[in-house]
Amino acid sequence: MTGDVYVVVEHWNGTIAEVSFELLGLGRQLAQASGGKLHALVLGPEAKEVAAACGAADVTICVEHDALAGFSPEAHITQLAAILKDRSPAFTLVSNTSKGMDVAPALAVALKVPVVTNVAAVAVNDGAIVATSQLYGGKIAVEAELAGGRAVLSLLAGAFPADHGKSAGAGAIETVVPAAQLGGSRVAFKRLIEAEASDVDISKQEILVTVGRGIQDKDNLPVVQELADALGCPLCASRPLVDAGWLPKSRQVGKSGVTVKPKIYLAIGLSGAPEHVQGMKDATTIIAVNSDPKAPIFDVAHFGVVADLFDVVPALTEKVRELRG
Amino acid sequence: MHIVVPLKQSPDLVEELEVNAEGNDIDRQGLKLQVSEWDEQALEEALCLKEASGANVTAITADWGGADLVLFTALAKGADRALKLVGDFSTTMLDNHRLARALASTVEQLGANLVLTGVQSVEDLDGQIPVLLAAMLGWPHVSVVTGVELTADAAQVKQEHSGGLVAELEVKLPAVLGVQAARRAPRYAPVSKVRQMQKGAKLEQLSVAAQDAGSGLKVRRVFKPQVAARAEILEGTAEEIAAKLLAVLRERGLSL
Ligand SMILES: Cc1cc2nc3c(=O)[nH]c(=O)nc-3n(C[C@H](O)[C@H](O)[C@H](O)COP(=O)(O)OP(=O)(O)OC[C@H]3O[C@@H](n4cnc5c(N)ncnc54)[C@H](O)[C@@H]3O)c2cc1C
Ligand SMILES: Nc1ncnc2c1ncn2[C@@H]1O[C@H](COP(=O)(O)O)[C@@H](O)[C@H]1O
Repeated sequence: MTGDVYVVVEHWNGTIAEVSFELLGLGRQLAQASGGKLHALVLGPEAKEVAAACGAADVTICVEHDALAGFSPEAHITQLAAILKDRSPAFTLVSNTSKGMDVAPALAVALKVPVVTNVAAVAVNDGAIVATSQLYGGKIAVEAELAGGRAVLSLLAGAFPADHGKSAGAGAIETVVPAAQLGGSRVAFKRLIEAEASDVDISKQEILVTVGRGIQDKDNLPVVQELADALGCPLCASRPLVDAGWLPKSRQVGKSGVTVKPKIYLAIGLSGAPEHVQGMKDATTIIAVNSDPKAPIFDVAHFGVVADLFDVVPALTEKVRELRG
Repeated sequence: MHIVVPLKQSPDLVEELEVNAEGNDIDRQGLKLQVSEWDEQALEEALCLKEASGANVTAITADWGGADLVLFTALAKGADRALKLVGDFSTTMLDNHRLARALASTVEQLGANLVLTGVQSVEDLDGQIPVLLAAMLGWPHVSVVTGVELTADAAQVKQEHSGGLVAELEVKLPAVLGVQAARRAPRYAPVSKVRQMQKGAKLEQLSVAAQDAGSGLKVRRVFKPQVAARAEILEGTAEEIAAKLLAVLRERGLSL
């Protein structure tokens, strides 16, 4: 076993995902603590381009193969397992994105090491790895100790600072010959589907009103739409409302939606699940209205209102209208 | 085509969750369980596939309370078979490895071509079931799936990624897919139909052998995260709160 740390770098067509810098930053810390080297793993035909952004790592490992273009879970797992099997890293860090959800548990099985998902903090205490995860929509946290001193960790986006993972420096580049089994992958990546054109780009707005399941029924949507109209901003939604077809996909904020950073974010009747928070936590001012005082959204909000949205929202709409005349 | 849909009973997040006396799990006494919301999506997609191409659908669930109702409901919605896994699941909450092994042997016995699980449940610490299950079966898998179309030996699937990116993949069967959203909102099972199933239909049972704990995880502490107390709470009548909110909006950049 070595004290080495390996970070699986996520990118699309050569553009590195912000979360990968968060992982590199954390990886640097862990490598220091365990006296090992930090390695970045970059897969895909654009690996060399992406490697240029991985200066925080001591070594960046590049694998270029057509089967690694886009994302095929099986091809990526096969290749990563082939690299990591003989190297016995202390930590393999993966982002808790769709790619990471596919890769982390499968790698753990292949490497025969424990895996913890939804990780928000990592510490090494007396040689034992302790990972803190957020479960139950962020309502409960769990500290788990990992046996054997090795682990695959899947880390929540936004839980670690990205700055530490950004470096102008250049580490060594190591090119690895693609695994022979890649040719036989049973999952073939076909293409990326372009997002449907949308009337507004919610990532470019100064104010957003976002509604969650607290609205209860599609017929109640005018209650929040009227507030958005009065404020002159688009109405956005949490995922369940979009899945139900109440609002278009282009209005979904969060992990599998859009990341937004408006000056003012009004979160109405949504609980603040980690998948939602990931997409809005960097808004300058967050205001939450929720009838449950324990809703996790109050952890990220700057201002909170513990009340029934059907009382507060119309009153606020009225006030805004009065002012606007 | 035989599609297996594993359904998980998990806590309803609307309820207040408490930590147990030992501080190593949530308090499960009297806890209200419900089928994990993404499993409803997986079942719906399976039933849509059945309607489109005549697949057989088997719903399975681990018997940790309320399993019968879950399975009768699945039958009422249109599943062909329902199967209850019986065994000791006492430590499974944080040991998905163990449960995945039990599910893998069940799926093998059933001779399924496709497993549609929910994308995740709200209590994953040790990986997630769909991926572990696929690894144990030696099958390919895809998580965060929002569309499935079947041909004789492959599935065309849509996989969602961050930022609204959607990828199209072709997956050779047999395979495991973690479903995020079905093609339509999950159907509703009329109470009368569920009753009818409770009276007439048969639930199958399968004992799963005691499994080794396999995750390599030890829970040190389960706790409610300290509310960062970041939010300044605005109080008063609706009218007063609205006035305070307006003041905040104006101070923080709303130009009127
Ligand atoms: C892979 C994956 C990706 C995901 N991506 C996203 C994503 O991009 N975006 C996203 O939002 N979610 C995403 N989710 C879903 C996420 O996990 C949550 O399920 C979702 O965010 C919950 O939405 P919600 O807050 O509206 O609903 P809930 O969690 O049900 O919360 C509703 C809230 O409304 C409150 N409420 C009820 N009635 C009232 C009332 N009258 N007045 C005031 N408050 C009231 C309740 O107290 C509760 O807190 C994803 C999940 C997965 C597995
Ligand atoms: N106890 C269980 N019984 C049946 N299926 C389960 C069980 N636990 C998990 N699953 C399946 O695995 C999926 C992911 O669950 P989890 O790994 O807990 O996130 C669920 O959506 C179910 O389809």
